[in-house]
Parts: sequence; C-alpha cells; structure tokens
Amino acid sequence: MLFRRGVLLILLLTVAGQAAAQQEEPQPEGIQIGLSTDSVAITSDFAGTNLTIFGALDNADPLVSLQGRYDVIVVLEGPPRTTVVRRKTRVLGMWINTQSVAFRDVPASYSVAMTRQPQDITDPASYSRLALGVDNIHLRPLDASNAPMTIEEFTAALRQQKEVAGLYVENVGGVQFLSRTLFRATLYLAPHVPVGTHKARAFLFRNGTFLRETSAPLTIRKAGVEQRIFEFAQQQSLLYGLFAVLLAILTGWLGRLLFRRD
Amino acid sequence: MGIYLPIAEMSVNMVVLLAMGATVGFLSGLFGVGGGFLITPLLIFYNVPPAIAVATGANQVIASSFSGALAHFKRGTLDVKLGLVLLAGGLVGSSLGIYVFAYLRSLGQLDLMVSLLYVVLLGSVGGLMLVESMRAIQRARSGQGASLRRPGQHNWIHRLPLKMRFRASKLFVSVIPVLGIGAVIGFLASVMGVGGGFIMVPALIYLLKVPTNVVVGTSLFQIIFVAAYTTVVHSTANQTVDVVLAFLLMVGGVAGAQYGTRVGQKLRGEQLRALLALLVLAVALRLAFDLFVKPASVYSLAGGL
Repeated sequence: MLFRRGVLLILLLTVAGQAAAQQEEPQPEGIQIGLSTDSVAITSDFAGTNLTIFGALDNADPLVSLQGRYDVIVVLEGPPRTTVVRRKTRVLGMWINTQSVAFRDVPASYSVAMTRQPQDITDPASYSRLALGVDNIHLRPLDASNAPMTIEEFTAALRQQKEVAGLYVENVGGVQFLSRTLFRATLYLAPHVPVGTHKARAFLFRNGTFLRETSAPLTIRKAGVEQRIFEFAQQQSLLYGLFAVLLAILTGWLGRLLFRRD
Repeated sequence: MGIYLPIAEMSVNMVVLLAMGATVGFLSGLFGVGGGFLITPLLIFYNVPPAIAVATGANQVIASSFSGALAHFKRGTLDVKLGLVLLAGGLVGSSLGIYVFAYLRSLGQLDLMVSLLYVVLLGSVGGLMLVESMRAIQRARSGQGASLRRPGQHNWIHRLPLKMRFRASKLFVSVIPVLGIGAVIGFLASVMGVGGGFIMVPALIYLLKVPTNVVVGTSLFQIIFVAAYTTVVHSTANQTVDVVLAFLLMVGGVAGAQYGTRVGQKLRGEQLRALLALLVLAVALRLAFDLFVKPASVYSLAGGL
C-alpha cells in the first residue's frame, strides 16, 4: 500500500514536473496562412468577390483553444500608392476643389477579417502599435509642412472616402476556427479592387496579447481580354488609339449598312 | 449583366450602357446631333471618372458622326472643302485642348472645368435655341415663312481678308473665321469629349451664313476627324480611352439612331429645335445643380503623381 502510494506520488510529481516545465518554456505558438492561389484574376464579369484564406496555428495550447482565447486578424492590404485628398470649398457659389494634401504609400485597399469584435480581441494601444485596422493604418502626408489640424482632417477624410468606396472594409466574424488549430478567413474584395501586388497578413493574439504575425503576397490582376486591352492601352497607346478610331468607324459603317434609313 | 471596364477599372451594368447608348442614339437621330454632349455627362452621372468619360465620349462620337456623314455624303449635302478648312483649325484647337486637359487634371480642376464648360455652353446654346425656335413656332402659327438665311445681309465677318470660295455652300468668305470656329470646336472636343455639333451648327448658320442643308453634313464630316484625332491623342497622352465602354455605347447608339430619325421625320423643324433646346437646358441644369449644391462629401480622392 505504501509502495503503491509512493508510485502514485512519483507519477503525480512527474506529471506536475512536466506541466511546470511546459509552463516555463512552452513551445511558442506560430501562425501560418496558405493561399490557394498566388494570384486572383479579374474577368469581364467581375463584380467583387470573397477571397478565402486558410491558416493554421502551430503549437496551440489546447486549453486556450478550448476557451476560445486565440484570436486571429487577417488583413489583405492593397498596393501602396500616393493618394491626393482634395477638399471643395464654396467659391462664388460653386463648390470647387481648393485644398489638397498628398499622402504617401496609402494602401489602395484594406480588407480586414477578424474572429470577433475588435475591442474584444485586444486593446486600442496594441492596434495602434501594430497599425492594424482601418482606423490605425499609418497615413503620412507627402509634405509635412501643412498645419497639423489640416492633416488630421484630411487623414480622416481619406479613411472615410476609402470606406465609402468599399475599399477599406472590416469583416467582424470573418475569421472562423474550423478545428482547434485550423481557421478560415473570408475577405471581401470590392468590384473596383485595385490591381497589383497585395499583401495578406495574419496576426495571432492570445488572451488579448499579440503573439506573432505572418504574411504572404497575392497578386490581383486583370485576366484575359481585359488584361490585354489594359496592357495594349498602356504600352502601345498610339496603336491603341488608332484601333479605337478604326473600331468606331467600322461600327458606324456597319450601323449604316444594317440600319439604313434613307 | 455586369461587365468589367479595363481602363475605367470598374464593373458596370452592360444593359444600362447599351440603353444609355440607345437613348442618346435615338435623340441624336431625332435631332441630327452627334450626342457627345449627352454621353459624357451621362457617364459622369454613372460614376465613370470624368477623364475617362471625356476621352471615351470622343471615341463614341466618331461612330455616330461617321454613319451620319456617310448619309449626307451620298445626298451631296456635305461641303468637303469647307469641312477641311474647319478641320485644319480643329486640329490646332484640339491639340491645345489636350494640353489644357492634362494640365487641369494635374491641378485637380478638370472636373470643375468640364462641368463649367458644359453649364455655360449648354446653357447659352440651349437658351438661344429655345428663344429662336419659339419665335419660329410663333411665326409659323401666324402664317409667315421662317427663314434663317437672309442672302445679301452681311456682317463684320464678311469684311475680313483672305477670302476663299466654297462652291457647295455657295459661300465666298474669309478663311479666318472658318479656321477660328474650327479651332474653338476642336478645343471643346478635346476638353469636353463632344463632337461640337451643337455649337458648330449654329455657328455655321448664324455666323458664316452657310445654307442649312449642308451644315449638318459638313459639321459631321469634320467632327469625325477632330474626334478621331482627339481619341488618338487622349489615348497616347492620358491613356483614358476605354474601348469596351465606347463600343457598348456605339452599338446602342447606332441602333437607337434609326428610330430617332424615323420619329424625327414626323416632327417639324422648329418643334424639333425647341425640344432639343429643352433637352440641352435640362443637361445644363443638372450639371449646374452639382456645381452649386453642397456635395455629399466635400472631399475626394485622386491617384498619385
């Protein structure tokens, strides 16, 4: 009996020791995302789409998973572009663009998906440190000599205009855990999503603490005829112009043949 | 039915564009105008960026004026020589217009300029036409014949030097005003995306006293070339011509035009002019409304430098 008790005790001790060891230096959690494709093609019937990104947690603590204390935020960031914000004021009764502020490296689009309401994931300070979320995108004016008040107003306007255009969107509940470690993010792409190299980024949080970030590039391009027309217009613009004229003349001539009215 | 426009980079409804083209085609067949002055504002109302609306409008104008000019050429109501002199001026004006277009675009004042030009020109041309056609309708009611051309009546334009004879138009006039009118129309064509028929026709009738029957054909003839030139230059300088958009409008326009012509034959000239005047004024008012009423947002975004 005594012997048995001793074994049990040793066993318990061993278990406790292992648990303690795990708490002392747990394998760090990691996050991975996989894109089913490295490019999204915009075809002639493109009217916006949902992009699905799958991802997995490495070394997730089962207990934390069980309690649902892991949170994931996935962002698809459009190519950085210099963007000019213009403000109209009333001149002689007319609304005319009078002031403008140019911003550098503004993400052309910014689509966010997250597991739950942003305030339930982490605190505002973390969001602003990570420059994460529509309200925290880092926006810097090209020329910093403007009055701070003006810059602040124009920055807010830039965000608002992008949101109105559907280019900056947040999808709360857009990230769902399929199993303890596997998750799926659904990101909304606007019908006029800018083409170019986008960056998919995933952020992992545990109990409100930021753990790790991973990213993968994604190219959004026009497909087929649209792509060829666009390239043609950009690279051989003279020929393109002549082609446009020829097409118009042909249409006019055919129209006259088909719908002769005299 | 959505379709993605490769240059405008937006998804639009194909049916809406075909209907838009057909409506404008109907009106252009009805009134004998190119319809550019309707297409460009309509595209802007449909949220197509103004720069693309203007350049694509010019492209669409080629199709309608080519098919119209062919008809006039067969009927012999086209003064090729007068058209060519107008064209010479037109090319100069158009080049200047493209330069101004690119400059205004970089300043962020293109939308304003396009709207202002539309409001001022459509407003004044529409107003003048309405007054003139109302008088003509009154004259017709009181039994007097209406005539726009009063031979023997000369104004200062006919005293200018460098005279040239235009046989088909039975005209002997200085080339200076002809070149000048061509240049102004060319400038407007490239800045506004119009053929300029709605200004060219009254200018030829009232300023140069060109007989009404050759005016429309000649105006259409030179518009083909100015619009073609404008299209090519816009596409090389600004890359703003969207052929997919232009093609949809052309197809709708060419089909709609024949019905317009049929209906137009049943209406009287002065009634047609009064209706056209009302239409032109309506477009001007709609654009003025946007200019003078506080916009939903005073901010707007534009691409970088």
